[in-house]
Amino acid sequence: MAEDLQIILTDQELSAEHCRKFVSVASSGGQVLFTGTVRDHTRDRNVHHLEYEAYAPMAIKEMTRIANEAQWRWALKKVALHHRTGTLSIGELAVVVAVSAPHRAAAFEACQFIIDELKKDVPIWKKEFFEGGEEWISPRP
Amino acid sequence: MKVICFGVAKEITGAASIEVAIEDAPDVLSLKRILLQKYPGFIDLSSLRVAVDEAYAADDQALCPESEVVLIPPVSGG
Repeated sequence: MAEDLQIILTDQELSAEHCRKFVSVASSGGQVLFTGTVRDHTRDRNVHHLEYEAYAPMAIKEMTRIANEAQWRWALKKVALHHRTGTLSIGELAVVVAVSAPHRAAAFEACQFIIDELKKDVPIWKKEFFEGGEEWISPRP
Repeated sequence: MKVICFGVAKEITGAASIEVAIEDAPDVLSLKRILLQKYPGFIDLSSLRVAVDEAYAADDQALCPESEVVLIPPVSGG
């Protein structure tokens, strides 16, 4: 993989600071960081914890494809895209997206693009565990 | 031909993978049709994509016994 891209799928705890440091380079004036965390509720029920499952080899391919596309479209300096699998508690980081670019407009747009595309195409599924049951989550339309 | 299931697809088929005769599913579209017939739970899904050898496959993509075929119900990463 190119040294300006870092794509990680792991069951270990994620670090937003690690991603921020990875993308920070002297030639980039703007870095944008997105973190997705486990929420304590969905609509009307209290969530106890989540489980994320991935079709790992394809998830990594899709994450790489998306990061590459963003890098090309917005002339990014560096991209870090990390997603966690396994059991996650409320407040824990599920995904981190970090990008750097010479100017901020590109960084904001690219970061949004990456997380939006990830949510559409990357083969990862989350299951919610709440009082009285569990359910595979469908994305909001 | 082995078809691997993820997410809610495991619950719909009752297994992490199922066997489908290649004669019944020579391409992705016919695989989807067979699945709907055999496991009506798939009808309720807003989408069902199929991945062949780690990439999304179009309906007309041919399948062969050596392919890695994976059912991709609606994804919910991030």
